[in-house]
Amino acid sequence: MNFLIWTAKRLLALVLTFIGITLISFFVMHLAPGEPMSLQADFNPKMTPEMRQRLRAQYGLDKPLYVQYAKWFKGLVQLDLGRSFSPDRRKVWDKIRERLPITVLINVLSMILIIVVSVPLGVRAAVRQNSLFDQVTTVLVFLAYAAPAFWVALLLMLFFGIELGWLPVSGVHTLMGYEHMNTWQKIMDWARHLVLPVFVSAIGGLAGFSRYTRSSMLEVLRQDFITTARAKGLPERTVIYRHALRNALLPLITILGLSVPGLIGGSVIFESIFAIPGVGQLMWSSVMARDYPVLMGNLVIVSVLTLLGNLLADVGYAAVDPRIRTGLQETE
Amino acid sequence: MEAAVTIQRSRSRTGAFFSVLFSNPLALSGSVIVIILFAAALLAPVISPYDPQAIDTFHILEAPSMQHWLGTDSLGRDCLSRLIYGSRISLLVGFVAVGIATAVGTVLGALAGFYGRWVDTLVMRFVDIMLCFPSIFLIMAVIAFLEPSIWNIMVVIGLTGWMGVARLVRAEFLSLRKRDFVLAARISGASNMMIVFSEILPNAVAPIIVSATLGVGGAILTESALSFLGIGVQPPTPSWGNMLTEGKDNLEIAWWLSVYPGLAILITVLGYNLLGEGLRDALDPRKK
Repeated sequence: MNFLIWTAKRLLALVLTFIGITLISFFVMHLAPGEPMSLQADFNPKMTPEMRQRLRAQYGLDKPLYVQYAKWFKGLVQLDLGRSFSPDRRKVWDKIRERLPITVLINVLSMILIIVVSVPLGVRAAVRQNSLFDQVTTVLVFLAYAAPAFWVALLLMLFFGIELGWLPVSGVHTLMGYEHMNTWQKIMDWARHLVLPVFVSAIGGLAGFSRYTRSSMLEVLRQDFITTARAKGLPERTVIYRHALRNALLPLITILGLSVPGLIGGSVIFESIFAIPGVGQLMWSSVMARDYPVLMGNLVIVSVLTLLGNLLADVGYAAVDPRIRTGLQETE
Repeated sequence: MEAAVTIQRSRSRTGAFFSVLFSNPLALSGSVIVIILFAAALLAPVISPYDPQAIDTFHILEAPSMQHWLGTDSLGRDCLSRLIYGSRISLLVGFVAVGIATAVGTVLGALAGFYGRWVDTLVMRFVDIMLCFPSIFLIMAVIAFLEPSIWNIMVVIGLTGWMGVARLVRAEFLSLRKRDFVLAARISGASNMMIVFSEILPNAVAPIIVSATLGVGGAILTESALSFLGIGVQPPTPSWGNMLTEGKDNLEIAWWLSVYPGLAILITVLGYNLLGEGLRDALDPRKK
């Protein structure tokens, strides 16, 4: 019950944060000099001030800002993100919906990759602190922090795609003959195309997460109950994986939730490099076209995903950590 | 006499600081990298073998050779010279963006920590909101409506990167504002401004410097990503990010265009990160 109240409170805070995000992005975007019209106008010598005014009115840009926001927000509540400013005038949600699955797929895959690789890595580095293994991973972490992800992507394309010819360097599936493949071949084809994008989007997370796992493990290993477990004569494996790791993983859940924005933000870059038709690419093209509704729609979707990630992390944290649950009951 | 003693003491303190900093091999290499970068940026016209903008249609896309150590690009411009001039952009972006972020973060963090209550709640909610969505999306959304120029980039990167500093300064203020020396200052008639600037803030300088140094690397990475996407520093001005765009366009025929600018970014960011980590150890009194 208390857990429910706590979740409800978190949800309320989330909704407020969400409204804050839309407010800030809406006003920042609209207060910035330059507007959608100037792109069409600058290249059209016949554009008169009256025509410009008419266009502004057509898009609703002539009204005061708070009226525009209220109108936009009213649409949002009815799950209507408006229509794109681009000539096709399609619904923003339709544009995003068709691109969302691939972006989510890549981000989920790289999240899985991050957890599967960096947790064992961090545990090993912590258990053998200052060993050669620890030092090598530390150097790798520093390099991964400093390397621009898009550059690593270029190098991997150069090496695996061009030099060795093992992996395709763009798109999500082969263009020629894709229809004639059977299901298994199609899956393999997708997998071959997604290897590099997933790896590239995971690099930053791999570095950060193995680092956090290491320091979290080091902290737990110093505590008394670990000494107790060892004194009981438990095998070292059990001590590390059953007793230490379970406790060390708790703070990592929160960090995983916090890393969602960075992961999704990376989509813009790797989708542009690997020519993946996802939300990141849509964001980029709507920036280029100064398409307000699509930009706002993207920000909304991305921040909803991020907030959901944070909420999941919080709930997961409370669900696995009895101290938080009991703490809740005491305070309520 | 007394002044001489103070100078002596502060000198030995500075000495201790540098000896701690340079005894750490990683911090030392970080400092060396940063110094070399400064030198390259300042001396760019002297040390560049060619004019970075000089087009030479007879030598386009040439692989690295004795004449052009890092090869030439699709307009025959010398890559090494462009790389050296590009360091100016990185340096400028790093410092201005981080300067803005640090200033904004310090002011907001100090306000939140000093006044507490609703000011604190307001500022911290704002921080949460800013941390909650991918800053690159906000940066792109803003830049979409500005002329893509280096100044706009720096301001926008700065204004989306102040949250860490704000949290840090706030924490410092929260723990210090009730301490005896603050009370003493207040009793002796110091104004709020004086307490903030000459009593509390000096204590927060060390962590601010560390976080700013680490922030420079992040700002350089963001700038290079934006320039790479074509919404940052515009050609023909050479920046490491927009040089990589050309690398991508010629990936199959000119590997050197993709390899070297990225290596320059990697080394630069690594330098600032190592220096930042080293400063953290050298400035932390608990580690001495």
